[in-house]
Amino acid sequence: MTTKNDELVPEDLGTEREKEIGQHIGYRYDVNLVPDYERLTPFLKKYIETMGWEDLNWLEDVHMGYEEDRAAVFDRNINGWVTVPEEMALPDNQQDRDMIARELLIKFQMSKRHPMVLLEETYGKF
Amino acid sequence: MGTIEKSFDAGLHTEQLRGRTQQTFFSSTEEENFIYPYNGFEVDIDKKTEFDAQDLESSEINLKIRSLMKEGYGHIVVKNPRAKHSIGVGILNRLSLEFEGSLGYFGCGLVDGPNIHISGRVGWSFGENMMAGTIVVEKNAGSTFGAAIRGGDLVCKGDVGSRTGIDMKGGNIIVGGRTGTLSGFMMQRGRMIVLGDAGPNLGDSMYDGTIYIGGKIDSLGVDAVQSEITDLEIKWIERKLSLYGLEAPNGASKLQKIVAGKQLWNYDNLEPSEKKIVL
Repeated sequence: MTTKNDELVPEDLGTEREKEIGQHIGYRYDVNLVPDYERLTPFLKKYIETMGWEDLNWLEDVHMGYEEDRAAVFDRNINGWVTVPEEMALPDNQQDRDMIARELLIKFQMSKRHPMVLLEETYGKF
Repeated sequence: MGTIEKSFDAGLHTEQLRGRTQQTFFSSTEEENFIYPYNGFEVDIDKKTEFDAQDLESSEINLKIRSLMKEGYGHIVVKNPRAKHSIGVGILNRLSLEFEGSLGYFGCGLVDGPNIHISGRVGWSFGENMMAGTIVVEKNAGSTFGAAIRGGDLVCKGDVGSRTGIDMKGGNIIVGGRTGTLSGFMMQRGRMIVLGDAGPNLGDSMYDGTIYIGGKIDSLGVDAVQSEITDLEIKWIERKLSLYGLEAPNGASKLQKIVAGKQLWNYDNLEPSEKKIVL
């Protein structure tokens, strides 16, 4: 059930404001929204257990936002938005979207395709 | 392939004017892996070892921890850290790390993943730029505790000095006792829970994020305002505090919640006029 905390921020994509400042505003969500632990996915439960944590830890700050006109997640390790596949059906509330965002981000960061892999190979000192 | 060619191949020289999308999109076929494919060590949390840091320099202690992780140790105990500076830093791994004693300045900075326990006190700028993991300090901490923290839980069960969580960009700072002046200064994101009193100018110039205070607030800083705590937040705080054996003095629902008044949200507004000046 969607509650006040879950409400999606209206998708006012391509607003006048964005045109005026010449850049996209990706943070169309409440950065202060804390996670609802009843909505954890099995993948995230396994990740938490592997890391020896009791909760989402740093993933509490991960939310699903937008890049251009697509749903996307911000990856702090590359300082960029990573776009969610278009064919992926997304739930209609922010809490469940955030859980999907966290799952996708972990898969991306731990992937051998992650840009940091090449960066480390090229510039790594240790 | 030379370094320059590689960096061109990685797209590091191609400026993107609109957005910062990485064209390598998420793939649903990624295999399950929870360790960074770079700079990560396969460690066994049940494999435990300890060493005495009494006669070691800071850099030697850090290298020793790294070499033990390389050998697969997932639980390391460091005895006699003797308040040396900059130790336990830059660990990008899951790991259980215990310090039996106190740490000096800039301890445990830039960590990304480990669970760290310090039985003593810590000096200035402890946990600076922490990315992920948990750190628990049993006694007191100095100033700028958790400066620029980006993620994870940073806990001090005692009192902390001034400018706690200055410029924090995410994560949780939890203080069992009191916090000093200008705590949460220029905070941009994340949450701070202080169960005791807060010094003057709390949350000064905070841009976003949330501060919860259990005791008395000397004064609020510029653009820091009180707000109403939600049921979801109460549930989240109770859960979080219980992980570290802490409890809000009069219950989580009685904590004072401080947020940004948003009067300083003017970066975006300034930009068009700046552009006009340039043009």
